Amino acid sequence: MAIECVVLGAGQEVGKSCAVVSINGKKIMFDCGMHMGYVDHRRYPDFSLISKSADFNNVLSCIVITHFHLDHIGALPYFTEVCGYNGPIYMTYPTKALAPLMLDDYRKVMVGRGEEQQFTNENILNCMKKVTAVDIKQTVQVDKDLQIRAYYAGHVLGAAMFYASVGDAAMVYTGDYNMTPDRHLGAAQIDRLHLDLLITESTYGKTIRDSKYAREREFLKAVHNCVANGGKVLIPTFALGRAQELCILLDDYWERMNLKVPIYFSSGLTIQANLYYKVLISWTSQKVKDTYATRNAFNFKNVQSFERSLIHAPGPCVLFATPGMLSGGFSLEVFKHWAPCESNLITLPGYCVAGTVGHKLSDKTTKVDVDKDTQIDVRCKIHRLSFSPHTDEKGIMDLVKFLSPKNVILVHGEITNMSYLKGRIQSELGIQCYYPSNNETVSFPTTHFVKADASATFIRSSLTPNFKFLKDEATDMAPVQVCDERVTQGILVMEKGQKVKILHQDELLTMVGTKQTEVEFAYCFPFNLCSLKVPVTDDNSLIHILNTKLSDEVAEFGVQDCMDVIQVNSFHLAVCKNGNCLYRINSHGSTMGSDCVFFCCNWSISDKILAWRVISLIKNMSSSVESVFG
Amino acid sequence: MKLTSLSQSGGYNLPPCHIISLCGFNILFDCPLDLSSLTIFSPISAQTFTRPSSNLHPEMLDKTSLIAAEPYYKTVQTLHLWNVSLIDVVLISNPMGMLGLPFLTRTEGFSAKIYATEVTAKLGQLLMEDLVAMHMEYKQFYGPKETSFFQFLKWEELEALPPALKEVILGKDGTELGGWLPLYSSADVKDCLQKVQTLKYAEEACYNGTLIIKALSSGLEIGSCNWSLQSPKRNISYISSSVFSSGTAMDFDFHALIQSDVLIYSDFASWNGVPCVHSENSSSIVPLDPSAKSDNACMSELLDFDESSEETEKLNFICSCSMDSVNAGGSVLIPIGRIGIILQLLELFALHIESSDIKVPIFIISSVAEELLSYTTILPEWLCKDRQEKLYSGKPVFAHEELIKEKKIHVFPAVHSHELLMMWQEPCIVFSPHWSLRLGSVVHLLQRWRGDPNSLLVLEEGVNTDLALLPFKPIAMKVLECSFVSGLMSEKVPQLLKMLQPKLILLPDYTKAFFNPLNDSLPCLFYTENETLSLPSSKNLLELNIATDLASRLTLSKLKSEELTISRLQGKLILDQGKHYLVAESQKKMTPLVHWGKVDLQSLLLALEKIGVKGSMEKVNIEDGCVLHVFEPNKALIQVEETKTVIGSDDEGLASLISDAVHSLLNGV
Ligand SMILES: [Zn+2]
Ligand SMILES: [Zn+2]
Repeated sequence: MAIECVVLGAGQEVGKSCAVVSINGKKIMFDCGMHMGYVDHRRYPDFSLISKSADFNNVLSCIVITHFHLDHIGALPYFTEVCGYNGPIYMTYPTKALAPLMLDDYRKVMVGRGEEQQFTNENILNCMKKVTAVDIKQTVQVDKDLQIRAYYAGHVLGAAMFYASVGDAAMVYTGDYNMTPDRHLGAAQIDRLHLDLLITESTYGKTIRDSKYAREREFLKAVHNCVANGGKVLIPTFALGRAQELCILLDDYWERMNLKVPIYFSSGLTIQANLYYKVLISWTSQKVKDTYATRNAFNFKNVQSFERSLIHAPGPCVLFATPGMLSGGFSLEVFKHWAPCESNLITLPGYCVAGTVGHKLSDKTTKVDVDKDTQIDVRCKIHRLSFSPHTDEKGIMDLVKFLSPKNVILVHGEITNMSYLKGRIQSELGIQCYYPSNNETVSFPTTHFVKADASATFIRSSLTPNFKFLKDEATDMAPVQVCDERVTQGILVMEKGQKVKILHQDELLTMVGTKQTEVEFAYCFPFNLCSLKVPVTDDNSLIHILNTKLSDEVAEFGVQDCMDVIQVNSFHLAVCKNGNCLYRINSHGSTMGSDCVFFCCNWSISDKILAWRVISLIKNMSSSVESVFG
Repeated sequence: MKLTSLSQSGGYNLPPCHIISLCGFNILFDCPLDLSSLTIFSPISAQTFTRPSSNLHPEMLDKTSLIAAEPYYKTVQTLHLWNVSLIDVVLISNPMGMLGLPFLTRTEGFSAKIYATEVTAKLGQLLMEDLVAMHMEYKQFYGPKETSFFQFLKWEELEALPPALKEVILGKDGTELGGWLPLYSSADVKDCLQKVQTLKYAEEACYNGTLIIKALSSGLEIGSCNWSLQSPKRNISYISSSVFSSGTAMDFDFHALIQSDVLIYSDFASWNGVPCVHSENSSSIVPLDPSAKSDNACMSELLDFDESSEETEKLNFICSCSMDSVNAGGSVLIPIGRIGIILQLLELFALHIESSDIKVPIFIISSVAEELLSYTTILPEWLCKDRQEKLYSGKPVFAHEELIKEKKIHVFPAVHSHELLMMWQEPCIVFSPHWSLRLGSVVHLLQRWRGDPNSLLVLEEGVNTDLALLPFKPIAMKVLECSFVSGLMSEKVPQLLKMLQPKLILLPDYTKAFFNPLNDSLPCLFYTENETLSLPSSKNLLELNIATDLASRLTLSKLKSEELTISRLQGKLILDQGKHYLVAESQKKMTPLVHWGKVDLQSLLLALEKIGVKGSMEKVNIEDGCVLHVFEPNKALIQVEETKTVIGSDDEGLASLISDAVHSLLNGV
C-alpha cells in the first residue's frame, strides 16, 4: 500500500502543472497544463513517462482539472485528441463552462503568432464533451475503489482543490488557491481530512501579504490619475478571472465617483465571459452572490465593447485587452501604440511568465523588443498589480497545519521559495516535505487499517462516550468537529478461513465453550475504631463513615449502593465476624475487642492497584491512632 | 431500526412523512402541509356570507357552506404526538416537504439538525414567504379582530357541516382535527431557514460522527432529492417521488442507491388506482429476469420511456388550448404551483405566441416571482443535461430572462400594483398562485373571468376541483385539468427495485397486493400508517478498522484445543465519519481479562517452587475445594475451587507472584 507521485510539470517552476499520483494502484492525473514560456516540446508535460506505449486509457483511472488557467488545462485537448486519452475527466461546472473560452483564446493567439496550431477548436469541443462536471463537495465515485471530491479554492471562478481516496489512503491536490477572499471570490475552504499526502502550490511561498484593500486603492488611484489627465489605461488580462475581478472593482468605483470615462473590453470574449459569470454567480463570494436577485454584479453598467478604430481616438479610456502578460495578440498590438506616450498607463500582474513582453517590462528598461523586428520605446507609466489570487506563505502554512497530512509535496513555485517552505513545514509542523523537479518521482507507504468484524457487545462494552472537540485556532476553515474517544479492551480472534473477529471476553468463553475461572484476591485485617474519631453505633454506620473518609482520597469511593458493604468495581469490603476467617493472614493473634473490628476484602486482578491502595489507607488510619494512644 | 409512517398520502403537493430510528437517532423525513384542505374556506373576494344558523340541507354543498374565516392550515396530525425534542435529524426532500417545517422549528425543545439541498431550502423559503404574504392579504380583509373558526369550533357546528367539508377537517378516520394550526409568521420562516444546513447533491454530511447523510437528485423538481444514510449498522436508501428524466431538474440519480441494506420506498404519487388491477396479471408487468440481462440492458429498458418528452407534449397541449382561448378573445389563468412546469410553460408560450399573429402579454403575479425567476437562472448545476448544455454553449439556461427583457413577460408582486394596471391588457396569459384557488391573485382574476366562456383556467389534476371551484360557480370559463409526472410509474417500480438490489424493501401496506407476488425476487416488508415497524438488528458484527501499528504489536497465542488464535486488544476506539477505528494508545501493562480452565494443585506447587515460593498442601475440603498454605517468603493462602481461585495475602508482591503462577496454569487472555 503506497502512494507514488510523478511530477510531470510545475516541479520547481510555475507552468504546465501536471502531477500523476498512484494511490494504492489507482493512477490519477491532477491537472494537464501547458507552459506559456516555451514553444517547443517543453510546453507540454512528458506524457511518455505515464505509459511508454501510450496506453493512457488503461493506465489512468481519471484526470482531474483544478481550474481553467492554461498552466493547468492547456495540454488537455492535446492529451485527449492527439494522444488519445478517452477515460473520465473531472472538473467543476465553471471550469467546464469557461475552459473552452480560455483554450480557444489561446489557440487564436498561437495562430496569430504564426505558430503551428497544436489543436483545433473542434478538438477543444470534443475534448470538453468527455468532461464530467462536478459541484463543490459532491462526492464522486470514479470506480469501485476511487472517490474524489472538490473543495472551494478561491483563486478564479470554479477553482477547486481535489480530494481523492482509495481504500484507507487519501490525498489532496490543491491546484492554485487563495486563503483570503477577494473582490468576487470567497476564500478556500476544506474539511479536516486524514491525509497521507498534500500536494500544494507554493507560488508565494516566501511572501506575507498585508491587506489587499490598500493595494486595490493604489490601483484605483493610478487608474484615476491617468484618466483624469486624459491618458489611456491598458489592462492586458486573459478574458477570464482577473478581468472580472478588476472590472467589478472599476465598475463599482466609477459608480461611486460618478466617472464617465469609457471602460472597454477588447474582445467579445470577455463580454461573453461575463454572461457565464452571471449564471455561475453562486460560485463567487457570498456578498457578490447575494446580488443575483437585484442587480447581478456581473451586469457591468459602464462597460462597452472596443473597436479597433478607437486605438487612436482622442481622450481618456480604460481598456481590458487579451491576452494577459502581453504575450501577443491584441493587447500587444495596443501596447505598441500606447506605450510610447507618457500620459498612458499599463497595468501588469505581479507575475509574468518568462518569455512574455510583460516579463521583459519587469526590469526598468525603456526599450523593449516585442518581436525580432520591432523595438518599442516605453514611456508610459507601469503599474504592477500587487494583489494576486494566490495564497501567501501564511496561507500555505495554515492549510498544511490544518490538514496535518503525513507528507507534503510542493509544486507550482520557485525553488528558493520551496526550499524555504520545506524547512518551515518540517521544522515547525514536523511533516515530511518534498519538492521534486519535473519528471522526478516521490513515493511513500500509506495509511492502512486492518479490517475486522467487531461484535456489538464489544462496541457497547467500551467505556462511556468521551467527546472531544477538535478546533483549529489558527484557521477557521472548517466547522468544529466532535469526536468520540473511548478506551477499549477486547479480544481478537482468528479462526481458520474466517474474517478476524473482535469480541468481548464473555463472548470468547461462549465461543470456546467454557466458563470463566475467576482468580481473586482476599485479605482480612483488624481496624481500630478510635481512629474514626466519631461514635460508631453499628456496622452500617461504620461502613458509611469509612466510605465517606475514603472518598476524600479515592475518587471512586463515596457512593454506596448497599448499607453494609463497600463495593467499587470488583473491590468488595465488609465487616468480618468470622473468627476463623481464612484470610486473616498474620493476624490470628489479634483479638476482637470492643474498639477493634475486622474488615474482610476481596477483589479481582483488574482492581489490584486500587485494592492495595485502599487497604494501606485504612491501615494507616488505624495505625496513626495507635501511635497517639500508645 | 424502526420505521413509523406518519402520512403516506403522497403526491407532488403533499409528500409522505416518516420517522425512522437508526443507531439511536430519530430521523424525520419531510414535514409537509396539506394545502388542498384550504378549499374548505371561502375565498376573500367572494362576497362575505353570513353562515346560516341552521343549514336545512347539510348534505347540499354550495358556496354558502364554505367557512368564511381566516384559514387554518392542516399539518401532519400524528407528528404532533411526537415530542419534538426527541427528533434528532430532519431531512427535507423537496420544497413541498418543507412547508410545515416552521411549525416544528418554533416549538420549544426543537433541536434537530435539518438537512436540505441548497435549492430546496431556497425554493421552500420563497414558497413559504409567498404563503405568508398571501395569508396576510386574507387577514387584512377580515381584520385583526376576527376570531378564528377553529379556535371556537364547537362539536355541534362541526356536525352541522356538509360531509365533504367534515371529511377534509377530520380526515377519513375522524382524528385529524388537532392538526389544524394558524399560519406561522415570516419571522418563523426566517428562524426556520437559519436552522437548515444546506447540501449539494452527493455531498457527505456527517451527523454526530455516526451517520453519513447524502442527498441525491430525485428528478422531481429542481433541487429535490432522495436520501442515502450510511450508519455503522445499516445503509439505508430513502426514495420519495422521483422522475427519471425531467425537462428542468437533474435526472433521478439512482446509481448511488444501489445495494443498500434497507430501501424505504415511498414514491406512490402516481400510484392511486393503479395497483391492484395490475397485480392480477403480474406477469405482464414484470417481464424482467435480471439474471438473463446485463445491467445495462435493464437500465436502458428502465429509461426507455421518456417522461420529459411526454410532458412536453402535455405542455404544448396546454399552450395550444390557451392560444385557442386567446384567439377567441379570452384570457388564460394558470395557478399551477410547480416551478419546473411554470418555467417550461413560459418558454413554450413564447414559442406559440411567436408563431401566431396575436401578440399576447404574459403576466406573472406573485410576491416572490421576481426573485424566484432570477434564482432559477443561477443554478445550472442542478438542472437536467439539456439545460447544462445550454450553459456550456453560452446560452441562457432558461428563456424567461430574455423574455422579460424583451417585455414579453411581465412580472409583478401583486395584482393591485400601479405598474400592473398601466401595463394591463386583455386577453392575456396569467401565472398566479395559489392552486387551492383560495389565496393569492388567482382569486381576483377568477372572479373577473369566470363568466367569460372564452377564458381558460388551467388546473393540476388531483385537487378536488368541485370543491375548489365552488365559490366561483356558476362558471362559464373553460377549465382544463392536467396531470403531470409526479413520480415513478408503478410498472417501472419492480424493475427499478431489482436493479437497486437492496437486502430489504419497506413499502406501504396498500401496495401489498402488487408486491406480494414478487416476494421471491424482492424481499419486501409492508408498513402501515401510524404503526411502527421494527426491524431486528441485522448486523451483529460491525466493521472495525485497526491501525497497522496497533495490529503489529499484538501478541498472538494459539489455543490448543481449538483452531483458534487469540490476542488481547487494547486501544482507543474512535467513531469518525460513520466508521469505527481502533488506534494504539500509550502502552500500559495489561492485566488478564479472563481465565478459563482448571488449576492443578501439584502443578501449582511446582510452579510456585520455581519462583521461590514454598508452601504445603492441606487437603481440607471446604465446600468443594482445597487450601494450600504458603509460608515462604511470607505467609499466604491459596484456595482452589472448581471455577475460582482465591489468593489470600497481606503482601502485595507475594500476591502478585502467586497470581502469575496461577495465570500460567490457566488458559487466559
Ligand atoms: Zn491559476
Ligand atoms: Zn497556476
